[in-house]
Formats: sequence, C-alpha cells, structure tokens
Amino acid sequence: MANEKIEGVLKPVKKGHGGIHVSHNKNTSKCAIVRMPAPAKVVLPMQQHIGAPCTPTVAVGDEVKIGQVIGDTDAFVSTPVHATVSGKVTAIGPVKVANGSMVQAVTIESDGKMELSEDIKPPKIDTKDDFLKAVRASGLVGLGGAGFPTHVKLAFKEDSGVDTLIINAAECEPFITVDHRECIDNSWDVLSGVYTIKEILGFKNVYIAIEDNKSDAFTELMKVAADNADWDDSVKLVMLPSQYPQGAEKVLIQSVTGRQVPPGKLPSDVGVVVMNVQSISFLGRYLKTGKPLVSRSLTVDGSAIAEPKNIRVPIGTLITDIIDFCGGFKAEPYKVIGGGPMMGMSLYDINVPLLKNNNAVLAFSADTIKVKPERACIRCGRCVQACPMSLMPTKIETRAHLKDVEGCQAAGAMTCMECGSCAFACPSGRPLVQYMRLAKAVIREGSAK
Amino acid sequence: MELNNKLTVSASPHVKSAETTTGIMLDVIIALLPAGIASIFVFGIRALLVIAVSVASCVLAEYLSRKAMKRDQTIGDLSAVVTGLLLAYNLPSTIPVWEVIFGAIVAIVVVKQMFGGIGQNFVNPALLARIVLISAFPSRMSAGAFVGTNVVGWDVDGVTGATPMGLISLADGIKDGAPSLMHLFLGTTAGCIGEVSALALLLGGIYLIIRKVISPIIPCVYIGTVALIMLIAFGDVNAMLYEVLGGGLMIGAIFMATDYTTSPITDKGKIIYALGCGLLTCLIRLFGSLPEGVSFSIIIMNILVPHIENWTKPTIFGTVKEKKEKKEAAE
Repeated sequence: MANEKIEGVLKPVKKGHGGIHVSHNKNTSKCAIVRMPAPAKVVLPMQQHIGAPCTPTVAVGDEVKIGQVIGDTDAFVSTPVHATVSGKVTAIGPVKVANGSMVQAVTIESDGKMELSEDIKPPKIDTKDDFLKAVRASGLVGLGGAGFPTHVKLAFKEDSGVDTLIINAAECEPFITVDHRECIDNSWDVLSGVYTIKEILGFKNVYIAIEDNKSDAFTELMKVAADNADWDDSVKLVMLPSQYPQGAEKVLIQSVTGRQVPPGKLPSDVGVVVMNVQSISFLGRYLKTGKPLVSRSLTVDGSAIAEPKNIRVPIGTLITDIIDFCGGFKAEPYKVIGGGPMMGMSLYDINVPLLKNNNAVLAFSADTIKVKPERACIRCGRCVQACPMSLMPTKIETRAHLKDVEGCQAAGAMTCMECGSCAFACPSGRPLVQYMRLAKAVIREGSAK
Repeated sequence: MELNNKLTVSASPHVKSAETTTGIMLDVIIALLPAGIASIFVFGIRALLVIAVSVASCVLAEYLSRKAMKRDQTIGDLSAVVTGLLLAYNLPSTIPVWEVIFGAIVAIVVVKQMFGGIGQNFVNPALLARIVLISAFPSRMSAGAFVGTNVVGWDVDGVTGATPMGLISLADGIKDGAPSLMHLFLGTTAGCIGEVSALALLLGGIYLIIRKVISPIIPCVYIGTVALIMLIAFGDVNAMLYEVLGGGLMIGAIFMATDYTTSPITDKGKIIYALGCGLLTCLIRLFGSLPEGVSFSIIIMNILVPHIENWTKPTIFGTVKEKKEKKEAAE
C-alpha cells in the first residue's frame, strides 16, 4: 500500500473506524521546554516499568551522583533505575505511588550540586546485541505512557518480518504538548536517534507520524533534516488528521501502514515497531553522551495551574514540587490528573513521585471539569460509532454486569484499549471505560477458575 | 500542601462531550414543532388540545409510575414529552380526550416503564399505544374521524373524509376525490394530527440530521424502499409520490423508526431494519385490508431489532485479517 505525498509529507493510507473530536486545548504549544531546578528530594520507585521490579543496589546513607545505578535486577523484562539528583540516600522502603499501590523506593535528598556520575560515558556499540544491552542499561521505557522496556520492544528476531519503525508524535491527547515541543526544541536529537536506530536495526521503512495541528513540527524537522548531508530522505513524515485517538498504537499503525494488529497480538506481529518521539530523542542523546534516563519532559497545565509550562524534571520529583514550580494552584484543584484527560489517571494525592512514563500533570478546578450525571443507556449507538476498535461498548457493559465470561470475550472486551472515546461520546454520562475494565476483570476471573 | 481526601478520583476519561440525553430529547421536540404548528392550521385548536393532553398525561404517567416503583425520577430527560408528542401526532384531532389519556397510560406505563423505563422498551411506546387505540376503538380511529376544521380558509377538499391512503389502490390507482400531491406535501389533507404535512416533517428530519441526533440511514432507506416498490407496483410516478407523501410514512420514517431504543445501533443493522420497514409497509398498503401499514411495519421490525443487531455486529479491529489468513491457509 502506498502513501500519497503532499509536499514531501505523506498522508495516512487508511482512515480507521470511529474516533472522536475533542477540544485540543494545546495551550502550551508555544512554551519551550524549560528545566526545573533540582528538587529537595526525589523518590525513585523500583518499578516504573512493565516487568520485574528492581532491587535497590544502594544503602541508606550512601552518597550518589546523577546517573548512578541505584536499582537493578537480572530479569530481562525490566530496566535499571538511576539516581536522578546527586546527594544522599535517606530512605529505602515502600512508598505509595500514583496508582495507589505501595512500591519499594529509594529516596535521595539532593545536595543541590547536580553532579554527574563519573561512570557516564558513551556506550560502545559494534553489534545489535551491544545496542540492546546499552538500551537496557539506559533505563529507557516507553515515554509515551505505557512504560514498556524499550530494549524488549527492540529485541525482535531478524527473521520476524519486522520492517517498519513508526515514531509516534501524534500526541492526540488534549492539553499535552510535550511531544510537539520535543520535535521543535530537540529536533536534532529526534532525527539523530531515528537514523541511528534505522541503521542498527535495519528498518526498511521509517515514519515520523504527527497530527496536522502541529505544522511547525513538520517545518522544523524538515529544515533540520535538510541541513544535514548524512541524512537521506529515507525517513518519511506522515501528517495524520487531528482526531482522537490517532496516537493509539493500533490506530497509528493502521493510519501509517494500513496494517491491523489482531486482538492479543503485538505490533511486531504485523512487522511494526512504534516508539514515542521522546523515547527516540532520548536514545539520540544517550548514544552520544551515555547519560541514562534521569529526567523527562512533561506538560503541566489545566485550569487550576497558575503558570502552565512544558518542563524537564528529574524523575522521582514529587508532583507537588512540580506544581509549585509552575506557580502552584491558582484555584482549588478538584481533579489532578497524571497524563492526559482522556487516558490519564486521576491522583488521590499529589505527594507522589513522577514516574518515567508520566507525560503530563493536569489540574482542574471544579467549575471547569464537566461532571455528567450517569443516566440509563438510551441505545443511541454513539459509543459504537466512536469505538476505534469497532467494539459495541454498550453490549460489553451489559455482559459485564451479568458477569457473563463468554459474552464479554465474544464481544471483544479484551481488544478494548481504554481510550475513552465511548465514554466521552455517551450522552447518558455512563462511565464506559470503567465498565470495560469490569468486563476484563470478569474474563480474568472466569479464566482463572 | 495538604490535599488528601479533597481530590476527586474517577475513571478516565476526565472530559466528556457536551451532549446529554435531555439535549437530544430537546432537539427531537424542536424537530417535531413544525408538524405540530402545521396541524393546528389544518385541524384547528382541537389538535392543540389533543397534543397538550397527550404530553401532559405522558409526563404525569411517567412521574407517577417512577414514584410507585420507587425509582429515580426521569421526567427531566424529556423523553416522556417526546412520547406524548408522537402519540398525539398519531391520533386524529377528533379523538375524545379520555382516549388520549388511555393511550398515554398504555405508552408510558405498560410499554415503557413496565419494561424498565427509557432505553428498555422493546417496541415504540407511542406506536403501540396507537395500535391499541385502533384495535379498541376502530370507529374513532379511521375514515370519518379525520375531519379537519378549515381555520385558514385554505382549499381543503381533502380534509374531511377518508385518509388519503384509502383513496389509492393497486387496482384503481389514485381514485377520484383524492387530494393533490401539493395538498399531501403541505399537509392540507385528512389524516392524523402530526402526519399530514410532509414538508413540516421533512424540515424536522433535516434538523435532526444536521444536529446529528439521527443518522440519515433509516429515513432514507425506508422512504427509498417504499418509493422504489411503489414505482414498480404502480408504474406511475404520481402514484409513487402519492404513496411517499401521503399517510404516516414521513412521520414513521423520520420520527418513529429512528427511535434509538427500538432501532438497531449498527449502521448495517439500520439498513436491514429500514428495508424491512419499507417492504412491510408496501405489503400492507398494497395487499392488506388496512389502508395504512407504517405503524405495524415499524412495530414488527422493532421486535426483530435484537436479532438484526446480532447479525450485524461490527467486525472487531484486526479480526478481518485473521479470517482472510485462515481462508488463504485453507486454499
């Protein structure tokens, strides 16, 4: 399937089913990423990724420097955790994290010097194995939100038919602009990462996919690419329509390549690897400097935030410190969200650390975040129209309430990616994502028996 | 900063569309206004009385039945108002007031609330109430009942006497004394309160489609099917237009068949359902002993909706390929 070209930028090959139009609210798209000064302390949970938790490799009282490994494990599906400020380890023990669970964590009190560890040096890469080892050592996980260890994603077999790399800069979540800023503020890192990975892993097709509401990102990337003679035109930009959830992995793959990832399968099963633009930009920098993942960029916005910003923050910084850096609350916060308003998690407490995969902190006052009372389903079918996976959310809800394991399975509940399009569209205010999770729980319980 | 226990925690998404059930019902009410206004011009103040009694009794019936069942009050969603309007629009202006009240009780208490309220009824409440009234009081619901009051001094030849659908048959074509196509289009003819003016109903339909309250599939396929079959049956464009504009087809196709609760939620399902409605309407009109078949057709198709939905489930993302692969593997 061929993409049609429009002035050097490709159009999507296929328009999928469903999706919704949600106000973009990209208020911070002109705010260049600024660096937040070292916080007084950071709390670094030993599990900030999908996979095995790490074990602390430091003890209370140890002096640490930025980039020093403080937690690791022998498991393959896991990534090490590094110190993100220089200072002294003051506590090791369970702490509560954003999702409410207690996780083993290392607390470091900053000495304010932000000294880099002497161990940091650019990784030496001769083979693909060296590269994957280096990626693991960098502590990188998918920075778009999933938190899946990148080295696992990239460790596909050579005969597996993986031929395409898609860099996800669609950023379809409202409010968040940090991927957009990454394309502009760190365009060189992005492209350097892309070309290096393409060469090492031998991708035939490489696409950078961006929604059409970020025209300056296209301009900037094309300008930087044109200025560098080493970079040929093998990496293509794809301009996607600004429709939620364009950046969802399966939707993105379909838009860019026309391929559909079957339920329960991974992108690599259809020959595709998708990486978030911040992940690739980090890799670009890491391969040059060897500085592991110790900070990340995020958007801080919402009606209750005094000074909305895009900021670069040491991982493990408390959300409350981040909000203070952005001028604090200008109105009483009713809801604070880690991530975007469509898929993010509402926080019960802001004294929790920022994790590697957290791309936004949004705070809203009560009058600005609509609460729709839950009413009976009127079978209007808007959820069915909205579902990008072509499911029938209202039918799944009925099956879930009946605890009908086979019914939930047959209705495809497991294919639901919880993008929230159905619940957004529902005029009766039904919390459909909650019910999809219920359906999944029904299936899990049923199959455990 | 101490914020514990003050922050609201709920499942994502944290933003919702501005659409509400009440808003949708309000749009339907707005879309029904032109037909109501037209009916007052054609049938006089008596039409307004029937509409007012019907709406008031539907809302009261809903209020009292929710109260009796100790359930949350739902009259605020305005769906009872819509049912009341639709019921009135499907009755002749000469109907006694107590029969309207009886119809409202059937629609709201028996058909809607006894099955669980909004979203749960398996047939259209207003239509079933109309059918109950036709069966219970046949003389007041047919031929002679459709008397209009010539309030605006229009040429309203067709207003008294039989419904226009009684003045056309497969054997004789359009009979003498039948209203002209222009009368049918404007609504200056005999019939139920809200069904007579094709123009007013089309305006309402266009409003609903623009506001995205209804999908154009059901009205287009339903009316299209009737038009096609009638064109073939009569071999005459005038007779086809007479069938399309006359009787309850417009109100049925635009407002009754598109009821969310009793029509399929899938697009493919909507096509099958509307085709079925069109086919049955034509069969009843052409071969049945009743002059009109819209109500029965829609009710029959309402009952088939759960099956139609099962046959037309959308293909889940990523599963098409699997099937194709299996086919390829089998070959």
